[in-house]
Amino acid sequence: MAMPDLSINFAGIKSPNPFWLASAPPTNSGYQVMKAFDAGWGGAVWKTLGVPVVNVSSRYGSMNYRDKRMVGFNNIELISDRPLSDNLREIEEVKKRFPHHAVIASLMVQSRQEWHDIVRDVQNAGSDGIELNFGCPHGMCERGMGSAVGQEPAVLQTIVEWVMEVARIPVIVKLTPNISDITEPAMAARRGGADAISLINTIQSIVGVDLDLFAPYPIVDGKGSNGGYCGPAVKPIALNMVKNCAQHPDVRLPISGIGGIENWRDAVEHILLGASSVQVCTAAMHFGFGIIREMTSGLEQYMKEKGFHTIYDMVGKALPNVKHWEDLNLKYKVTATIHEEKCIGCQLCYTACEDGAHQAIRLNAGTRVPEIIEDNCVGCNLCSLVCPVEDCITMDRRDDGSEQLTWKERTAAGTIPTEFNDERAGGRHHWVPEPAAALNKEKHKTLPGKARQYAESATALEPAPHGAGGSE
Amino acid sequence: MAEYQTPTSEPEFHANFAQIKPRMNTSEALFESSRCLFCFDAPCINACPSGIDIPQFIRQINTGNTTGAARTIYEANYFGNACGKVCPTEVLCEGACVYNLQEVKPIEIGRLQSFATREAIEQDKQLFGPGPANGRKVAVIGAGPAGISAACELRSLGYEVDVFEAKDQPSGLTVYGVAPYKITNEEVLAEMAYLEGQFGYRVHYNQPISSRRELEALEASYDVIFLGIGLGPTNALQLPGEERSNCVGAVEFIEQLRQRHHHTAVGRRVIVLGGGNTAMDAASEAARMGAEDVVLAYRRGKEEMGAYDFEYDLAKGVGVKGLFNVAPVEIVGNGKVEGVKFVRTATLNGQVRTVPGSEFVAPCDMVIKATGQAKQTQLLALIPGLRLDDKGRIVADERTGQTTNPRYFTSGDARNGGAEVVNASSEAKAAARGIHEYLTKTKD
Repeated sequence: MAMPDLSINFAGIKSPNPFWLASAPPTNSGYQVMKAFDAGWGGAVWKTLGVPVVNVSSRYGSMNYRDKRMVGFNNIELISDRPLSDNLREIEEVKKRFPHHAVIASLMVQSRQEWHDIVRDVQNAGSDGIELNFGCPHGMCERGMGSAVGQEPAVLQTIVEWVMEVARIPVIVKLTPNISDITEPAMAARRGGADAISLINTIQSIVGVDLDLFAPYPIVDGKGSNGGYCGPAVKPIALNMVKNCAQHPDVRLPISGIGGIENWRDAVEHILLGASSVQVCTAAMHFGFGIIREMTSGLEQYMKEKGFHTIYDMVGKALPNVKHWEDLNLKYKVTATIHEEKCIGCQLCYTACEDGAHQAIRLNAGTRVPEIIEDNCVGCNLCSLVCPVEDCITMDRRDDGSEQLTWKERTAAGTIPTEFNDERAGGRHHWVPEPAAALNKEKHKTLPGKARQYAESATALEPAPHGAGGSE
Repeated sequence: MAEYQTPTSEPEFHANFAQIKPRMNTSEALFESSRCLFCFDAPCINACPSGIDIPQFIRQINTGNTTGAARTIYEANYFGNACGKVCPTEVLCEGACVYNLQEVKPIEIGRLQSFATREAIEQDKQLFGPGPANGRKVAVIGAGPAGISAACELRSLGYEVDVFEAKDQPSGLTVYGVAPYKITNEEVLAEMAYLEGQFGYRVHYNQPISSRRELEALEASYDVIFLGIGLGPTNALQLPGEERSNCVGAVEFIEQLRQRHHHTAVGRRVIVLGGGNTAMDAASEAARMGAEDVVLAYRRGKEEMGAYDFEYDLAKGVGVKGLFNVAPVEIVGNGKVEGVKFVRTATLNGQVRTVPGSEFVAPCDMVIKATGQAKQTQLLALIPGLRLDDKGRIVADERTGQTTNPRYFTSGDARNGGAEVVNASSEAKAAARGIHEYLTKTKD
């Protein structure tokens, strides 16, 4: 089979692959962009140009999870602090050296005249496209730019119209997620005449608080400010917003997906939900430009295995399966199966179901392998999610697939619960233990250790209770 | 040339006896603690004789609460740091880690445990203190894991405690008998100093209790006497030639090694008699001291050795050779040891029989007998009403450690016949509770 074609034509912007660097510190200079193109990136959205800013020292903060660093990342850096002419000269130089790569100029200014001037400047420098930064949620928004624009669809539309008055190259509007309905600014961008949208920009955030200095990160001389959140942790939020825009009948614009993309899988997820280019920042800041090799190779392999010839064979492929909750089949039924031969006996599924779900797993004497109580299992997936062993707990279909009934259909048929104590409630007649059965249950297991036993023996002089109220 | 060169200085000694469970740095502790699954009813806890809440202390390390982790450990086991290093974790907590069933490396629980406790010791974190004085006094005989653990627990309950120790350092076999690559003397003694500082018991060194008169004096001044006396010297083999120089007991050899380090004399060709963990230690140690040829001679087959597999592997790893199904019949030589005369054996229905006519002499210039320690029956005979079982172990109530003389309590090797530091430590904690229960009941 021929190698899949990774190239894209995004609203008129051509790129050898769909992987672009997002407008951010990695695209601050021609040096970085050239290095990225050399490494294999398909495009770069230049660090936002405008009236150069002054930045603070101490700009980034990280959210770590256990030993994993930068699961979430936040910044309080502003747009480019370099003179426009330097940036324009470097854009020109990059385009000369890489004529087939995509260079998109990200812009943020205030007045109509400024917009006209800077759009003309970046066009003259040879940019392939323009991205309007209506997303930055810190610093710039307080000056009436960035997310302050993105949060006001009317203002957004006006500025897009100004830009379109002079633009001769494709214009992308970058949207802020700091808004209740992302499709509102997306539609405003369309009304203003934009060629595409990109999302999401960073999420307003405090990434952490220093427990000794009592100040939020990143700390600037003992103080901090809210920043913009990004990195792997934001992907689910981004995916949902990409989907919202892709599904909305009145948006109908190409989408450049941004948010938590670190590897080929993340990129494919964005693409399956409607993105036709993807942008990456945090991962490049964390691991450098070299991650592109894994991304392109993974994407290529996936496309080969799925028989996709071009990116467009997969754009939005998951969208038909993203439904409103009311359209999901209430007759579908899965329950958990524990595959005993794989079980290592950690009993995380047991305690998760017992404390966090529906008390549908029991322990039996003489084995550490828990047992599913089929009747109690609502098929929530929790046990299969906490299980540390691949495929040890599977969620298996129990209905025969012949029946289909949605909430919408039940509503239409008048069979939904409508009263506080309605017999038709989903959890009616579902077994739950008596509240008091919880007291002292398996206390020797939930509060383990000899120290506790001694504390007990000093008063009661009796061995720890065994399985009180339990099913052993 | 041997695998190891005979050390001639402290640095060379420490290089030959490098710690097999070296101290973790903060990054390693973070990575390792991150792997813990936080099992429900965790098997590691159940496998720990002292029942340390292991997932709890690992989670505490992971969240930067190392002091809390040390507290969790010490609440269950006063020899927390030592046990992290000297416990046979492979067959206890780490052996029970569920990762083993996934064929994934188990969590390094021992090293994490020492990581947390060592920080508390070095920073002298005040985690515990004596309880309000209750006016009662307990004498503890022996400053080993049992005695010191009992002393700590009794102090926390408000008792005045005097510990009488025959030697000049505390911790018993932890400093005198454990292989030097498991823990250093400095580390052991730092924990002892930390505990003494926390709890404020008094240790009287070089004060062996060996006569009826001395016991009577204790009986007169203390409400209860706790026996943490451990075991005695290496059993005699009753073999001809056993008195020859360079035929030594393993316990005595290791004690000298622990105290005199590179000044300990070791032969070039060493035969270690025995198949238990002490034999493995002695053989490893002889090899690390530069002996060219170390043979571990055991009268049964390899599979029947009492030693843990990993201990035998450790010995093999430093060049020790096994010689199985041989029984020593004589230590040969002329003043000094020149060899061991063995007879080959066969095991039939569990009975070891010698094979007539199969005698041979294995040449060597040192013999280390790792054939078990004697019980301290002489001292114990001086205690009225104290019963021993047929193996010479003190008979005591399983839960309270009370002996058949109600004013004497015991735990550790003297009671269990010889086990790990962790067993002595946790049993002594329970015995201290037993003492408290007894004295609370008998309050006037």
